[in-house]
Amino acid sequence: MILPLTIQDVSFEIGGIRLIKDLNCTLEAGPRTMILGANGAGKSLFLRLCHGLIRPTTGRVLWQGAKGRDPADAQAMVFQRPVMLRRSVAANVDYALKLRGMAAAERRAAVEDALGHTGLRRLADNPARVLSVGEQQKLALARAWALQPEVLFLDEPTASLDPAATHAVEQIINAIDAAGTRIVMTTHDLGQARRLGDEVMFLNRGRLLEKALAERFFSEPENDLAQAFLKGELLWWQRGRDNLKRNPPKQRRQ
Amino acid sequence: MKRLMTEMAMVLGALVYAAHGAGPAAAETFITVASTTSTQNSGLYDYILPRFTTKTGITVRVIAVGTGQAVRLARNGDADVLFVHHKASEEKFVADGFGIRRFDVMVNDFVLLGPESDPAVVGGEEDIAEALSKIAGAKAAFASRGDDSGTHKKELFLWKASGADPKAASGSWYRETGAGMGATLNTASAMNAYVLTDRATWLKFSNKGALKILVEGDKRLFNHYGIILVNPKRHPHVKVKEAQAFIDWVLGAEGQAAIGAYRIEGRQAFFPNAGR
Amino acid sequence: MTDFSDAFGAALGLVLGFDADLAEIVGLSLRVSFLAVAIATAVGLPVGAAIALYRFPGRAALLVAMNALMGLPPVVVGLIVYLTLSRAGPLGVFGLLFTPAAMIFAQMLLVTPIIAALTRQVIEDLWVEYEEQLRSLGAGPGRAVPALLWDGRYSLLTAVLAGFGRASAEVGAVMIVGGNIDHVTRVMTTAIALEVSKGDLALALGLGIVLMALSLGVNGAAFALKEAAERRLG
Repeated sequence: MILPLTIQDVSFEIGGIRLIKDLNCTLEAGPRTMILGANGAGKSLFLRLCHGLIRPTTGRVLWQGAKGRDPADAQAMVFQRPVMLRRSVAANVDYALKLRGMAAAERRAAVEDALGHTGLRRLADNPARVLSVGEQQKLALARAWALQPEVLFLDEPTASLDPAATHAVEQIINAIDAAGTRIVMTTHDLGQARRLGDEVMFLNRGRLLEKALAERFFSEPENDLAQAFLKGELLWWQRGRDNLKRNPPKQRRQ
Repeated sequence: MKRLMTEMAMVLGALVYAAHGAGPAAAETFITVASTTSTQNSGLYDYILPRFTTKTGITVRVIAVGTGQAVRLARNGDADVLFVHHKASEEKFVADGFGIRRFDVMVNDFVLLGPESDPAVVGGEEDIAEALSKIAGAKAAFASRGDDSGTHKKELFLWKASGADPKAASGSWYRETGAGMGATLNTASAMNAYVLTDRATWLKFSNKGALKILVEGDKRLFNHYGIILVNPKRHPHVKVKEAQAFIDWVLGAEGQAAIGAYRIEGRQAFFPNAGR
Repeated sequence: MTDFSDAFGAALGLVLGFDADLAEIVGLSLRVSFLAVAIATAVGLPVGAAIALYRFPGRAALLVAMNALMGLPPVVVGLIVYLTLSRAGPLGVFGLLFTPAAMIFAQMLLVTPIIAALTRQVIEDLWVEYEEQLRSLGAGPGRAVPALLWDGRYSLLTAVLAGFGRASAEVGAVMIVGGNIDHVTRVMTTAIALEVSKGDLALALGLGIVLMALSLGVNGAAFALKEAAERRLG
């Protein structure tokens, strides 16, 4: 166990511009978390901070349950555009397992298993680079699956996919969840967030504005910006305008 | 991928094997002779060396460069024998302690070539110094080796005798190629220039163009070849026994006869003069 | 124009007649250049990859130097190797001067910067694409090197071929350190230089045509190999 994950006063800046601002939250084992927000809200940066691909400028990312072991070994990430190595489908999964130090004898079965779960077994010997985008994303999930991570980060995994491929990917994500992996995922697709999310985090301009159970977030979001986001009005929303009368923001009432 | 790895390993193995083959055969005894392009390009070595090898089992590796560079190689100990044609340099080499002793081997001669049109009118001139001063007077194109070789040194010596100073005209009618005899002949042939060359190289040269021999026979045009054993006190790795065997053979009856028997297009190219 | 037709005639005669001397010269040319390129590849790939992936003080200077070394004149390399391997030089005791080993060494020096510099570019571009994915899987720059080299193999093959082209075509270095000794260190390019100096331009060009045919053959074989592998592995 490496969870829970605590994000403590985390900020991240590049060239003096703060892209993540004073972020605090804790991710417990269990629920599937959907991270929502407009472009540039910092969703992808948040995932990368959690996954350790970038270091926070200030603050700390703490895997409370890690107890001395390397938390990186219990995580995996699926990117919006997966990078496939120039080798076969099976070899791509095998490479990930090899990096984790799994013995060759065990790897064969693990690769078989992961490809079976993602419907890629018949493509095992094909070059990964010539798969369709949807198949490549399935392979990225198979690679993550094979690692059996405790936490899986997904960065808009269906953003470039058609509805059929999106559906297939969602099913695999559900299966990975059912197998006991904690899902943390960003998405632009509110329908997808409703279908897959147990919990929602709403980010805007580098700040975490709301973290709530999905049901509650979608029915009565507390934050005024989240309300505007859900209505698709975030772009032209301004605090203090007429939208304020219809949905008085909480902060103003206090 | 495993198969590809195996294939790659096999290729690597083959390369290592090839490299081994590319190395000098250990059993072969050989000596290295620093010599001049004139002797090699004339074909003399191709004619005499197999005879020596057949008799003694010693292979001779010839590095054919200009005399200046050949002396430099021998000074550095990169050759066992020095076999060149500039007596002054050779005597200095011995005097400096790099060589044991210089022996006369053979003589051939230099000739002055020029275009058939002969703009400086030197054809048939018997005095080489006079011919050169005519060329200088006419400012006719002259191609010089300019590379500190034996031929170049001879040419400078002859210019000095002529009283002209071609160096002052370097770049105009006097053109220094800074290259070997063959390259300089190619240049002279291409721009119809006068040029000094040893006769053997000229006889063997294919790209003659409009060039022909205009001056020959002056005593100052004689070209003396000498042979020297590199001093083992300076360079202990020198293969004294084998190198001495070569020198003895070249200076002996058999070698001298072989040199005298070599013909280019029916003409004798080198005249043996050892011990004379 | 007769020179050109003579040259093709000479080339044809050389190949059809299967001259034993020519075969020996061609064999030595290939052995020397292949081996020089093999060593240069073994050195250049990891060095290029390391410079691509790591940031260290002096890296920019090293990059500039490496790119400049791609244009190193063969004669200068030949001279440096001569002075090193000469009996009067620091490595003189090994007696390597005027041997194929010296030629391999000189060509290796010429080719290594080319392979290293091109590898650096290939790996750096690839790392931009792969970095997040590989680091996510647990491979930092060091562990990623084999995967990056493997995935860049088609571009790297081009780098190696560029190196081979330079090695097999240069004459300045092998002439000085090999000495153009018949049956020992005579290769295609020094044989061509010799024929030029004898004024036999047709034979020289004929040899040149054979050399170009060889180069074409090597590049063709590499291309076919790449095509076959690409079909298999994508």
